[in-house]
Amino acid sequence: MLIVSCPNCGITAEETEFHAHGEAHITRHTVGSSDDQMETYLFMRKNPKGVHFERWRHQNGCGKWFHMARDTMTLEVFGTYSAQTYNPPKDLLAEIDAKRPGWRDVS
Amino acid sequence: MKKYSVFAVAREAMRHHTGWTRAWRDAAPKKRYDAIIIGAGGHGLATAYYLGKNFGITNVAILEKGWLGGGNTGRNTTIIRSNYLQDPSAAIYEKSRSLYETMSQDLNYNVMFSPRGVIMLAQTEHEVRGYKRTAHANMLQGVTTEFITPAKVKQLVPIINIDGPRYPVLGGLWQARGGTARHDAVAWGYARACSDMGMDVIQQCEVTGIQREGGKVTGVSTTKGDIGCDKLGIVVAGHSGHLADMAGFRMPIESVALQALVSEPIKPCMDVVVMANTVHGYMSQSDKGEMVIGGGTDGYNNYTQRGSFHHIEETVRALIETFPMVSRLKMLRQWGGIVDVTGDRSPILSKTPVDGVFINCGWGTGGFKAIPGSGWAMAELMAKGRSPLTDAFGMERFTEGRFIDESVAAGVAH
Ligand SMILES: Cc1cc2nc3c(=O)[nH]c(=O)nc-3n(C[C@H](O)[C@H](O)[C@H](O)COP(=O)(O)OP(=O)(O)OC[C@H]3O[C@@H](n4cnc5c(N)ncnc54)[C@H](O)[C@@H]3O)c2cc1C
Ligand SMILES: [Zn+2]
Repeated sequence: MLIVSCPNCGITAEETEFHAHGEAHITRHTVGSSDDQMETYLFMRKNPKGVHFERWRHQNGCGKWFHMARDTMTLEVFGTYSAQTYNPPKDLLAEIDAKRPGWRDVS
Repeated sequence: MKKYSVFAVAREAMRHHTGWTRAWRDAAPKKRYDAIIIGAGGHGLATAYYLGKNFGITNVAILEKGWLGGGNTGRNTTIIRSNYLQDPSAAIYEKSRSLYETMSQDLNYNVMFSPRGVIMLAQTEHEVRGYKRTAHANMLQGVTTEFITPAKVKQLVPIINIDGPRYPVLGGLWQARGGTARHDAVAWGYARACSDMGMDVIQQCEVTGIQREGGKVTGVSTTKGDIGCDKLGIVVAGHSGHLADMAGFRMPIESVALQALVSEPIKPCMDVVVMANTVHGYMSQSDKGEMVIGGGTDGYNNYTQRGSFHHIEETVRALIETFPMVSRLKMLRQWGGIVDVTGDRSPILSKTPVDGVFINCGWGTGGFKAIPGSGWAMAELMAKGRSPLTDAFGMERFTEGRFIDESVAAGVAH
């Protein structure tokens, strides 16, 4: 059971209040893009053994979307952050670097 | 290999069972093989078996990082059916189901295939329409299924409550020749037959790298050293993305946890398999008398072989309305497996961008039933470069937008 903090309303609750919606920071290709780009956008996923950045929604709470960094090998939640960003926040990345040296090479 | 038979049992009974020999050799890796299969789950073992049996390719190693059948093959709820909607699915799943019928004789190993019948309950109007459509499609595909009335459901499953109130039973899709088999026996039977053909089943041997030269595979690095090969089959279910990455290509796969649980053993009370897809629950009774129960997948990427308890709770809560007797049962064990889910919920049996590397994955929550058919088709693909059973399942379908959409038949695909 994950314990999650919603960065939108500040509530910390167990995972049944929330719903996961897959990989975050995906480039949304659209009309005019190539077949490969569409495939990447729609189907290709990093699916790493390790640190994963993902989209969540506070479904049974404030209803808003946010992002989360989580380890798929241990289920540790590193932190949550705003969905209105292209990249994870620097301080969160630094924290993950400290906890999981070399995680960026892992697939 | 000593043949198992009633005479062997009688002979061994006379000498206190001292004459049984190992079912398969625990092999050490050779320098090179004609073909290497990564993953000794059902699909990997079946691929190797049919490479030998149908194509005479026996210089083969099957590499397994853990133990034989310790992945999803040894963790699933063993439902076997072939009532899918799309033609390519029906072809490969029905091939598979029909191979299960004779598997025990073929392997000389009792896999306890029990064609007891599978009902998929229709509990909403939408499902009634969906399953009628599937029954019609199955008729055209030559797969014997039938849409049955609530009264017939009640007759087949006396312990069921068909009146709702939340989820009344409005009918069901019935496949009389669907059923279950013993999962470990499927893995063990194939391993024994492969070993007998001279293949090496190598456990505790994790593949850590895939070697290539000029776009062609040359071998693998493992925790037991480097091993050369001409052809490589990647058959590792939830770990497919990880292995593909070693070979330098990407997969449209996500790995999530799927859980199951069993109750204390009770007297025989249900002799068919029942699936309730609206509530994400399904149940059968094992030969030991345990009620075997499975549910839906957990919602997020996961490699831990553990799921969240609230998913178990959800499944059981929903099943209690349809099977009130479940509320009086103690549950004994609960576990999870990492299943490999694709965008269209259909498997991938495919060539890859690396010459000589083939991949078989994406069976997700429902690949136990497909083991013999998938192995049969994958062996043909690896031996000949193509198979009529795998043509539609190539990974290029995601670029081409040519999906095999099983969302109706596989709402909960087990
Ligand atoms: C709880 C649960 C219930 C299910 N119920 C059903 C059901 O009722 N009916 C049905 O049809 N299907 C069901 N399934 C799905 C079914 O179990 C799978 O689709 C099927 O077993 C997959 O078989 P496989 O051989 O592809 O994978 P696995 O059996 O998982 O085998 C893959 C093997 O690859 C090995 N491996 C991974 N990485 C490496 C590496 N780097 N080097 C060497 N080896 C490696 C793994 O250790 C593993 O043994 C269920 C699954 C689960 C988890
Ligand atoms: Zn919130």
